[in-house]
Amino acid sequence: MEIGLSQYLTVAAILFTIGVFGIFLNRKNVIVILMSVELILLSVNINLVAFSTFLGDLVGQVFALLVLTVAAGEAAIGLAILVTYFRNRGTIAVEDINLMKG
Amino acid sequence: MVAALFFYLFSAIAVASAVMVISARNPVHSVLFLILCFFNAAGLFVLLGAEFLAMILVVVYVGAVAVLFLFVVMMLDVDFVELRQGMLNYLPVGAVIGLIVLVELALAVGGWVISPASMQSRAAPLPEGVTNTQALGKVLYTDFIFYFQAAGLVLLVAMVGAIVLTLRHKEGVKRQNISVQVARNPATAVEVIKVKPGQGI
Repeated sequence: MEIGLSQYLTVAAILFTIGVFGIFLNRKNVIVILMSVELILLSVNINLVAFSTFLGDLVGQVFALLVLTVAAGEAAIGLAILVTYFRNRGTIAVEDINLMKG
Repeated sequence: MVAALFFYLFSAIAVASAVMVISARNPVHSVLFLILCFFNAAGLFVLLGAEFLAMILVVVYVGAVAVLFLFVVMMLDVDFVELRQGMLNYLPVGAVIGLIVLVELALAVGGWVISPASMQSRAAPLPEGVTNTQALGKVLYTDFIFYFQAAGLVLLVAMVGAIVLTLRHKEGVKRQNISVQVARNPATAVEVIKVKPGQGI
């Protein structure tokens, strides 16, 4: 059986859904929420690379590189905020994050 | 045939480990399953012919991001059992929303075909006879140089932000004060004491 574009898109869609589901499932645990966001970005990257290959266009891979950079920066900043928050409050429960009273 | 076999192998392990990431009891296990998921995604990239991105995925995600996660999970003394309480309350609504998203995505992209007309509007067609890394470098440093610079800027801002957020000055630690050191002169640095013979100071 030939592996086409739609197979890759399906895998990416399943990974994306698992990421969204993970955000709902672990609503109290910021670390797992960040990991779910990484999963979502990974599925987006799979989409971009699959389109790039099946279209024969390199732009998708260039954009995937950009998404990879943003994901790395997001993880670094998110974890830095997490460490700072833990130092100040002693917990990372999402429900308690109301310092800004938003 | 072998490619199809490897596709199903990589995608099955990637999906299974993604499920374990969100459902593992121990967050350290979550991070390790995330690493497994990234490795299998890199395998999918290799199957797609994007070797450079596959290697970057392994280096950046497994080498940097996942280790960062591992470091934070182990450094913070968090009661993860308490954080998991009420997880079953969120299960139904999460499952419903996840199912809706999955059905929508399947309907939207399931029957995707690339029309021949869009082949004419490619911005950077894949060149023949060069490796993926070489082809990517040829367009990344010429046509997409501004995107490349923007990516570097994003990393710089992330680095500065992370340092600013986590740097703290502890009390009671002796630090170098360069301006005071530079401003020293003999009048303030040297104290001349005349000691009389036979007496101490």
